[in-house]
Amino acid sequence: MSNEPIKRVSIIVSRGSLDGVYPGLIMANGARMEGIEAMLFFTFFGLGALHKKLQNDLKVATVGNAAMNMAMPLLGMPITMPFPTWMGGIPGVSAFASSVMKKKMEKLDIPPVGEFVTMIHDAGGEIYACKAAMDMFDLKKDDLVPEVDSILTVGDFYAKSAGAQIIFT
Amino acid sequence: MPNKTIGAFTIEVDDEGFMLDHTQWNRDIATAIAQQEGIATLTDRHLLVVDFMRKEFIEKGTGPSIRRLTKESGVETKELYALFPGGPAKKAAKIAGIKKPAGCI
Repeated sequence: MSNEPIKRVSIIVSRGSLDGVYPGLIMANGARMEGIEAMLFFTFFGLGALHKKLQNDLKVATVGNAAMNMAMPLLGMPITMPFPTWMGGIPGVSAFASSVMKKKMEKLDIPPVGEFVTMIHDAGGEIYACKAAMDMFDLKKDDLVPEVDSILTVGDFYAKSAGAQIIFT
Repeated sequence: MPNKTIGAFTIEVDDEGFMLDHTQWNRDIATAIAQQEGIATLTDRHLLVVDFMRKEFIEKGTGPSIRRLTKESGVETKELYALFPGGPAKKAAKIAGIKKPAGCI
């Protein structure tokens, strides 16, 4: 095993919930902060993070989320307080949970998705969208924010990822 | 903790070269650290960032996030990365004589 530092990361964002998108954004930004080259590849529902009309309205998935009690301390309740998964389906619960989390993130200086994508791009991070997913959702490049550098096929993705550590989120 | 001689000064630093006592800092030390980090001269823009980081650190005990830094110092993200190539938050903190930034953002 060598201890050679990581020079480049290639991060795949495949999920479109708030909690599905942030880990990839934080890791890409963190890489740039450390002087590591970073590329983000958004595929399937992850493309929502790049869509002009969707990116700042992503939601926490509360239905079927067996760990929602983790968020209870944000409401001043104990972390062990049960949150039955069926409650996640009550109208408004996902929107409420999302708004609580967004407020907390703002306090922690974690930018909203749109601003975060711009920040990573300005920091030299590369932003790519997946061609197959674009075709599947009938999306055009114009539907996406201008930070998107290009739309890649799987082959292009591997070519751009040369020498990188690939991280799937 | 190791002492490090830099130019005509001896400063206390941690294992990664961050100053342990920001009151030992002065502009000449900043210039000397910057040169070791590959920044030949500190321009007014570098110093704007460095001064903002010191001000935040002295007030709050921790350096600012990149987001706060760019929003409040007036130095935008692109410029920040150009000023401090290869890791702006860490490099600027080192030159500013403050502790390594603890945040993730």
